Amino acid sequence: MTTETLIWLIPLPPLLAFFLILLFTKKDKRLSHSVGVGAAALSWLLGMLVFFAAIGVDHFGEHPFTSAIGWLPMDGEIFSIGVLIDPLSAVTLFFVAWTVLMIFIYSIGYHNFGQPKGKDDVPGLPPQGAEEKHGKTSHTVPSVEPLYSRFFAFIALFAFGMYTLVVSDNLLTLFVGWEIMGLCSYLLIGFWYAKPSARDAAKKAFMTTRVGDVFMLLGIVSLYSATGTLNFREILYNEHVLETLASTPSVVAGLSAAGLIGLLLFIGTVGKSAQWPLHVWLPDAMEGPTPVSAMIHAATMVSAGIYMILRMFPLLSAGWHHGGDLTAAMSTMAFIGAFTALFAATIALAQRDVKRVLAYSTISQLGYMVAALGIGAYVAAAFHLLTHAFFKALLFLGSGSVIHGVEHGVLHTGEHVDPQDMFNMGGLRKKMPKTFWTFLIGGLALSGFPILTSGFWSKDEILADAFANNHMAVFITLALAAFLTAFYTARQISLTFLGEARTKAADHAHETPRTMTLPLMVLAVFALAVGWVGIPEHFPVIGGLLPNWFHDFVGGTLLEHPEAVAFSMTPLLVSLGVALGGLGLGWLVYRDVKTGADDPLRKLLGPIYAVLENKYYFDELYERIFVGPAKRFSEVFSYLFVDRQLIDGILHGAARAAFSLGGIFRRYIDVPIVNGSGDLTADLTQRFGQVLRKVQSGSVQQYMLVAALVTFGGLFYYLFGVLQ
Amino acid sequence: MIPLSWYLVLSAALFSIGFYGVLSRKNSVAILMGLELMLNAVNVNIVAFWRFLAPENIAGQAFAVIVFAVAAAEVAVGLALVISIYRRQKTVAADEIDLMKW
Repeated sequence: MTTETLIWLIPLPPLLAFFLILLFTKKDKRLSHSVGVGAAALSWLLGMLVFFAAIGVDHFGEHPFTSAIGWLPMDGEIFSIGVLIDPLSAVTLFFVAWTVLMIFIYSIGYHNFGQPKGKDDVPGLPPQGAEEKHGKTSHTVPSVEPLYSRFFAFIALFAFGMYTLVVSDNLLTLFVGWEIMGLCSYLLIGFWYAKPSARDAAKKAFMTTRVGDVFMLLGIVSLYSATGTLNFREILYNEHVLETLASTPSVVAGLSAAGLIGLLLFIGTVGKSAQWPLHVWLPDAMEGPTPVSAMIHAATMVSAGIYMILRMFPLLSAGWHHGGDLTAAMSTMAFIGAFTALFAATIALAQRDVKRVLAYSTISQLGYMVAALGIGAYVAAAFHLLTHAFFKALLFLGSGSVIHGVEHGVLHTGEHVDPQDMFNMGGLRKKMPKTFWTFLIGGLALSGFPILTSGFWSKDEILADAFANNHMAVFITLALAAFLTAFYTARQISLTFLGEARTKAADHAHETPRTMTLPLMVLAVFALAVGWVGIPEHFPVIGGLLPNWFHDFVGGTLLEHPEAVAFSMTPLLVSLGVALGGLGLGWLVYRDVKTGADDPLRKLLGPIYAVLENKYYFDELYERIFVGPAKRFSEVFSYLFVDRQLIDGILHGAARAAFSLGGIFRRYIDVPIVNGSGDLTADLTQRFGQVLRKVQSGSVQQYMLVAALVTFGGLFYYLFGVLQ
Repeated sequence: MIPLSWYLVLSAALFSIGFYGVLSRKNSVAILMGLELMLNAVNVNIVAFWRFLAPENIAGQAFAVIVFAVAAAEVAVGLALVISIYRRQKTVAADEIDLMKW
């Protein structure tokens, strides 16, 4: 089989698994997860084969793997769809395959496979725990998820969406994968659909991303009408098309066609990757089970947004030359990205829920990538996408493991505390050593701990690029965000794992099963090692020991290979300073929080803390501007006025008129003439009917069958007549 | 170009599936759905014949549109009947609706 055939096959196993589980194996939990994990493993294997075939090709960017078939005949030409693996999608495929497989395996343990069924468990609610007897004593243990098989079906479909998106060679199938993921994120966030909060979160996520998707679709349509194709290579690897797009003016004054299309597509990313001002759905998406959070927030959906603008970068930057003025789309991205990075990082400071901190941190890190792309740091953005996928999946799965461990303690002690609140934890490093060490690695990578972790290399590259190209505002904002990132990471780790247990539940926490810790360890290895493929050549001491493979490889995706930035001490010192400073400060403030104590930051920040805790009141603002008026409009205008008064009024009037008219007819025509003759007919008919009533069997389908038989009989008779 | 026979096979398959549904489903709503399938199978047939045999006339499309209208009316009436039966009988199973039986 050729590599191209393998690429076609990559997305298929999860799709098959989805149908298999839903149609056939739903009853059997073991079979269902075997099908799901098996499909993920098969896709992983295909993905790895393709990836290693790709890195073996010289100048891969110029000779990518492509294959296409004609799909839709349009007038004159045929719209082709196909697969494309170039350096960017090869790297994306690599991290998607790994994280997806790990998340599938982790889900087995997370949903308590092998545990007894709880007697109070109902589908649509998280499992409540089951009584288990040990001789005379009995205690509560976690119980298995009631909708276990359905979960695997959904995440398999999700994986199918992501693989489709990655291997697509055109915007249309990319959009198809993109929307499949949108649907799955709705289904999965609302997985525990009996919880009102989960239902609301699912709706919110779906509708917020929809805002972005509509604009993105507009972008796709205008791109098609401007160029007549949606194929990536034909548009993005073609200087002529890009120049034409950059020089044609668009309907919006002052914007080129490329600029307008770029902006529209970017709005899609704003929705999907939860950038300000459409960031509100992502923290609420934490209502879903934790593997879902990892799936949506690390491996797939939010990465898809960044992947799309990375993919479309030549279009977004059409007309821009290295070192020159930024295009409209790029400066928008730089602004939104940098702003989001800082904005979300500040909110993360004041969150108590262990998963919510990570959610805001994700928004912030995605902002980093968007900003990096905005200032033209293509390779750095792709690099951060890669490292972030690994360490953020690790952190999310780690936090799930923590919650799982504390839940175990909650069930065991019967103490009613929120197992997700970090202030109810503490001292977990001794109870859950594997989770602790892997989480620590993830946390250090997130905060950019120097040299060892992957996060350092990618973040440093973004900062170095911003500095070298003199984008000082972006540089300072991102450095500040990096400092806050290190600080809240230290806060999270200190509150969760260090110090002493603050509740009995935390004291009875328990290490999670091997199916959960194994993915953590695999991801931890990547969170460390994946940064070493992109060490700048001129880095002091260790630069040049390993070639800067990532830059050469991914840079080849572009027509004009980007040059590596010259090395400079300032951004390095800044990134060292903010990472270590933030971590140290966070540890100092939070190392010794007592049971029931309030967040020490509240005292330091005063009223600002309340603003941060309430996420700058964005939810309230949107409620007031969009949701409230929409509700009032439908209540007052649509329902009370249009429906009740206008439409009902007309109907009632017509009814009254018809009613009185009917009365006249009845008295003078109906009763004497019609009824008279009718009754006579009826009498006759009745007698006739008494004879014929035996035919009425009462079964509609029997009548239908007789009618059909007669028809077919007649048809046969007629046809025979014609033939002879 | 895809040959005419493909459309006819598709249409026949659709018709048979719909017909099977009409005869075999107990649920009256499902029977209505089967009916819809049959009607649309006819549409496929009409449009295919029109396209292949007499594309210069508009009759084929006109017929298809009329079938749409009839189908819509039929569903409106059918569903209204089902609802009102359900209100009286608390069931939509076709074999339990036998008020008219002698």
